[in-house]
Amino acid sequence: MADKIWVYVDHFRGEPHPASWEAIAAGGMLAEQLGGGVTAVVIGSAVEGLAQQAIHFGASEALLVDNPALQDFRAEPYATALSKLAGDNAPEVILLPTTTRGRELAAMAAMDLDTGVMPDVTALEVQDGAVVVTRPVYAGKLLCKARCNRIPQLITLRVRAFSKPEADESRSGTLTPIEIDLPAGDTLTEVVGYSQAEGSVSLTDAAVVVSGGRGVAVNPNLRPPSDLDDKEAEIWKAQQGFKLVKELADVLGGAVGASRAAVDAGYIPYEHQVGQTGKVVSPDLYIAGGISGAIQHQAGMRTSKVIVAINKDPEAPIFKLARFGIVGDLYDVLPALTEAFRKRLNK
Amino acid sequence: MKIVVCVKQVPDTAAKVVVEDGKVTWGDAPLVINPWDEYAVETGLQQQEAHGGDVTVISMGDESAKEALKHALAMGCGEAVLISDPALSGADSVTTARVLAAAIRKIADVDIAFFGKQAIDGDGGVTAAQTARVLGWSALTLVSTISDLDIGNSEIQVERSTEEGRQIVKGRLPAVVSVVKDIGEPRYPSFMGIRKASRATIPEWHLAELNLEAPSPAVSWPEIMNPPQREVKTEIIDGASPQEKAEKLADKILEEKVL
Repeated sequence: MADKIWVYVDHFRGEPHPASWEAIAAGGMLAEQLGGGVTAVVIGSAVEGLAQQAIHFGASEALLVDNPALQDFRAEPYATALSKLAGDNAPEVILLPTTTRGRELAAMAAMDLDTGVMPDVTALEVQDGAVVVTRPVYAGKLLCKARCNRIPQLITLRVRAFSKPEADESRSGTLTPIEIDLPAGDTLTEVVGYSQAEGSVSLTDAAVVVSGGRGVAVNPNLRPPSDLDDKEAEIWKAQQGFKLVKELADVLGGAVGASRAAVDAGYIPYEHQVGQTGKVVSPDLYIAGGISGAIQHQAGMRTSKVIVAINKDPEAPIFKLARFGIVGDLYDVLPALTEAFRKRLNK
Repeated sequence: MKIVVCVKQVPDTAAKVVVEDGKVTWGDAPLVINPWDEYAVETGLQQQEAHGGDVTVISMGDESAKEALKHALAMGCGEAVLISDPALSGADSVTTARVLAAAIRKIADVDIAFFGKQAIDGDGGVTAAQTARVLGWSALTLVSTISDLDIGNSEIQVERSTEEGRQIVKGRLPAVVSVVKDIGEPRYPSFMGIRKASRATIPEWHLAELNLEAPSPAVSWPEIMNPPQREVKTEIIDGASPQEKAEKLADKILEEKVL
């Protein structure tokens, strides 16, 4: 029934993650060399529409596990469902996007299916009929090639590392609903709710990232409220600086990043940290304001397509990575840049 | 309450890691406890302080991994175990998870096993979930806050950090919990802690003691290499004023067609 190449369609309560479609395109490239098409696997509640979309994006068919108990992603039952499908149909390769969900699902399915998992892959090739992956290690300071000598080969693909296909609504394919019994052991966890559903763009998915570093707190012209102590005044200044970062990010439809130094100094929450102990991003455009470019930070952004550095210090290492640089004060340059883009992008 | 923390020894984040003659080297940079795992140790100690019990830190690795264990002991963990076996060189994540799960079972009656989010060398980020799967325990990964821990009723409630924001999840104990940086800054080892750790004899467990056979890993790494050099010609944008520089830069960026 099913093809050799499977793609797991990742979604958040029915909202597809675009990297799922990137995975379908990547699966298509493998299928060209290994034969057959791409089978999409959709697990969730009321997700038939996703299966249909997967066909539009290039899957030849879809397996659908639709069950009200699967409304919220929980790794245990989802892994049970995926492992059962794979156990019954013996695919050779299962591709998943490297989202928090995809990574966990692949991890657990690898245990169930007694195979291996290759997470966060940035390139795929076929050698002697087997898939060889390339994945960054040491936060991208090195690359390694890896292969898995058992099937299915579970591979998660880094978000934005593979190009996204165009949807073609005239494409058609079979949707096969499959009933799966979910054992009670899979209800170990229960999603109680969500908080702080950020309206802002997710850092790892963003096409544009504007980041701030320690330099955002350095503005001698700012007068913090007098009742603040030194540390509070520094953070207050940094927050004024991050406002400028955010305004530029907003005009460009991007996300706000930060260096570890800025996070450690308490200027901005950790979820914005880019670098080896933060998030690894690879946007089309990365603008670094007031970031010197320590090796840990470079590890998190060096594969960005175009890097722009704004820094007062012409010797800052970040300039070595940058396509464009401005030597200057970010308090002057960022607002001017925001204004320049606002005019050009009619915003 | 019985807590286990799983840690790994890795090259320091500031290390310049390169491949020379096909081998990974980091010069004279030190090996340190994986930075993410320090947060796991901190979480384990905080939960011990709140609920009593003891914290055992374990690591799979060679003799050098004892340094990571000693760091955790110096932070305040009560006991440490090194899991070491020549047959474990080249272990993949599946193998590692099976070994850690076997060690956690051997320690017995463990309520929570804490992990860091991922190791900064392999960057896999899968071992916590895999260990939970082997044990058949709740997997609570990427946890930023432990909101509630009720040992009597074997329940834990946490906030997880996901792409869409915070997810609030309840789980049954025993559980595997991997933590992110939001959980709280790791404490520095105390002077007394360092002294105690330096005198500690750390027991070593081999595969035989875990009743495991030599694994045959599914995943292999035939090649490791330096990333291609980034060929960038940096263009410094000049101008009489910040406005002029910004205008020029905006045009240049638009020419790159990345927006």
